[in-house]
Formats: sequence, structure tokens, C-alpha cells
Amino acid sequence: MKRIDGRSEEEMREIEMKLDVVKRANGSASVRFGNTEAIASVYGPKGVFPKFLQEDHKSVLKVRYNMAPFSVDDRKAPGHDRRSTELSKVIRLAIEPAIFLEDFPRAGIYGFIEMLQSDGSTRVTGINALSMALATAGIPMRDLITACSVGKVDDKLVVDLNGEEDCNGQADLAFAMLPNKNLVTLLQMDGILTKEEIVKILGYARNSCKKIFELQKQTLKERYKGEE
Amino acid sequence: MEEKYALELMQKGKRIDEREFDEFRKIEIKKNIIEKAEGSASVKIGETHVIAGVKLNIGTPFEDRPEEGVLIVNAEFTPLASPDFESGPPSEDAVELARVVDRGIRESKCIKMEDLVIEPKEKVWSVFVDIHIINHDGNLMNAAGLAAIAALLNTKIPKIEDEKIVRGDYEKDLPVVHYPINITICKVGKKYLIDPILEEENAINSKLTIAVMEDDSICAMQKQGSEGIVFEELEDMIDLAIKKTKELRKLIKCR
Repeated sequence: MKRIDGRSEEEMREIEMKLDVVKRANGSASVRFGNTEAIASVYGPKGVFPKFLQEDHKSVLKVRYNMAPFSVDDRKAPGHDRRSTELSKVIRLAIEPAIFLEDFPRAGIYGFIEMLQSDGSTRVTGINALSMALATAGIPMRDLITACSVGKVDDKLVVDLNGEEDCNGQADLAFAMLPNKNLVTLLQMDGILTKEEIVKILGYARNSCKKIFELQKQTLKERYKGEE
Repeated sequence: MEEKYALELMQKGKRIDEREFDEFRKIEIKKNIIEKAEGSASVKIGETHVIAGVKLNIGTPFEDRPEEGVLIVNAEFTPLASPDFESGPPSEDAVELARVVDRGIRESKCIKMEDLVIEPKEKVWSVFVDIHIINHDGNLMNAAGLAAIAALLNTKIPKIEDEKIVRGDYEKDLPVVHYPINITICKVGKKYLIDPILEEENAINSKLTIAVMEDDSICAMQKQGSEGIVFEELEDMIDLAIKKTKELRKLIKCR
């Protein structure tokens, strides 16, 4: 039994990664998984205003996740809502362990994610883009951050859920890790799964992240090839 | 200072209040504490105190779910509860707490939402769960989750006469059919810890909140804190969550 778009359980959608898509930013990237497309940019390290938000021993990290009004079926009211508030927080916590914030006391690093099109797995697509934007901004990092979604749809455990699978599935789990450090930095699940299913699905998530990591690395290497 | 002390102690395998790492503080649950609310509960975990109130209103169903009632969970971190809370729109932490508690309730399907239809496609019951923090001494997520499910378990559906709600007169109990309980598992040093007091919580940067159902299946998870969790440790954390939520479920499993 194939999935609704013909994929097998552990097959991700077509992935496309581009760098330097926002010239004004210190670093930027866009990532597309099927019809889900995120663009991310990074500014900083730079000054923090208002000044009382500065921290003496490390850089402040700010992340904003936002969905374009036209990215979904029914127009989304522009601006922040409860979902984007929560996602901005969990995405910040997902990337924070990768960054040497202590190298930039009293400074601020700002990451922005815009979802241009949403067809499931938006937060993880955004994290993949932001990870590469941070790297191209030259922010010192311990590892890249790679992210993917997994879930249970029609009683099957699957990776990279599309919008329809996300809506009608039995469970979905957003996952991010630092692949070389073997550290899980984002894990959000909803829906009902047994412990055994979770263990299996986490294995799927880690495998997928390894594949995504190779693509990220390849894309970044390509950019710096000519500069030797 | 206190954080540093708490951390040093925990790394030595000890806690400020001398509890075991997998031991809860004293938990006190009181139900039906707000006469005006359709359901309510007060939960104290040590000095942490949370109140959840449930109000029912007549609302319209969501377009994509015309045959179901509506659930809305909100949390307020009132400045009364802690010097760190500020008035104004809900903070990031308040939004996250409300959404994690919401997912535990919603995804477990503990409320039979299809029984909340008054007129199909037109009128349904909207269930508002409002979580108020009264005193913050750590582990708000657990206290809030317990308060929410305890309040729902004693919520009654009001009577309707001439298309209006008669407050104070009840028709039946809110149909609650499952008992999801959430718990936050913390990682500190080489050990797992539950129910941190505030000083401990501020020193811990690696946590996973897990909502467990009565049959040991998992209905929601959320990683918290600014550090990562070693991949292989996730399974240990789930095992501990399943074990410890059984203790909590005993406390709420009665109307």
C-alpha cells in the first residue's frame, strides 16, 4: 500500500535547497519539501535594543516564525498568533544548542522564518532553512540542525507528512537533531502512539535527518567551492 | 546563586528538599472550588498552586468539524504568582503551557466532542479551560495538566431553556472518557528527575513533557529547555513517564 501521494513509508518528498536568497541578510537560505517552502534569514551578531535585553556572557538569540497569509487554503490573518508564538519558541530552543552564543556577549543574533507555502511539516522545513542561513551568516556552530516530521497515517508509520497526511493522520511528530552530536533538540508529538511505535518512528526520524544533513552539507560545500 | 546550589546538589545526586529524584512533592487536589464555574479544580504541588476553571458557552462549530464541540485552553501567568510574571498579553511560556495542556486533552480524545452538539452544524458547546497560576514554585506544566483534567472530570453541562443557558442548573456530566496525564521528565547530570522546585527548574535545561493515557499509550510530547537530549535517552524518559503518571492518575481518577 502506497501513501496518498504514491510515496513509500520512509520516502521524503522532493527536496530543494538554495542559499543566499535574501541579499541584505548576513545569511539566508530557502528549503522546499514538496509544496512546503520556507525562506530563512539571519542578521547579526549585532547590537541589542533595548539595551536591557543584553546578556553579559552570551549573545541573545531571537527567532520569529511566520506564515504568509497566502501560504494556506483559507487566508491566514497576517501577524503573530498563539501557534506562531509557540513555534518561534520551540524553534529557538531547537537551534540554540548548535550555536556558540558565548562567543558574542552583549550581542544579538536574529533568525527569521517565513513560510511561503504550507503543505505539512512547516516547522521542520523552517528549521532546515534557518540552520543553513546561520551557517552562511558565518555564525560559529557546533553542528548543523536537521529536522523532519514523522507520523502515523492509515496505520502506517511514515516520514515527511504532507498537509493531507498531517490533517487526517493518527499522529505526527516534529523532530530536530544535531546529527553529529546525536542530540535531539526539537520533539513535539500529538496523536496517539504506543511506546513501541514511538521508538520505531524516532529511528525513522533519525535516518531521515541523516539524509537531510548530507543534502545540507552538499549545498553548503557547493557555495564555498570557488573560494579556495 | 540558588540555581548554582541546586545544580551542584543535583549533580551529587541530592535535592534541596531531600526528595528522591523520582519523588513528587505533596500533591493536593481540590475539586469544585468555584461555584460559578461549570467545573473547577485547585492543584497544589508543594508550594506550586494552579487553579483551572471550566466554562461552557454555546458556540458555533469549526467549519471542518461541524459535528463536534469546541475546546479552548488558555493559561494566564498573572503577576500575582511570581515576580517574573508581567501583566500584558500572554507570554511565550504561557502560550506554550496552554498549548501543551490543550494537546494532551485534545489528542487523547478524553472529551467526547461529538456529544457536545446542540444543533448539528449550527450550535455546539464550547468548552473553555482557563488555567490560572496562583503561585509559581516550579513544575507548572504538571500542575496545570492535573488541574485541567481534574476540572474537566467534575464539569457539568448546563440546562438550556428557550435557547438560553440556565446557569447553575445542570443537565448532565461532561462526557470525559479518558485520563491523559502529563509529566515533565528532566535530565540533570546522569540522572532523570521529576517535579523540580523553582531553583532546580531554573538550573535544568533539558526536559521532555510527555502526556500518557490510562493504557500507557502516549498522546503528546514536547521537548523543552535550551539543551538537546541524547537520542537514546528518549526511550528511558518515556518509560519513566509511563511509570510515574500511574501515581498521578490515582489522584484524579474519580468524579
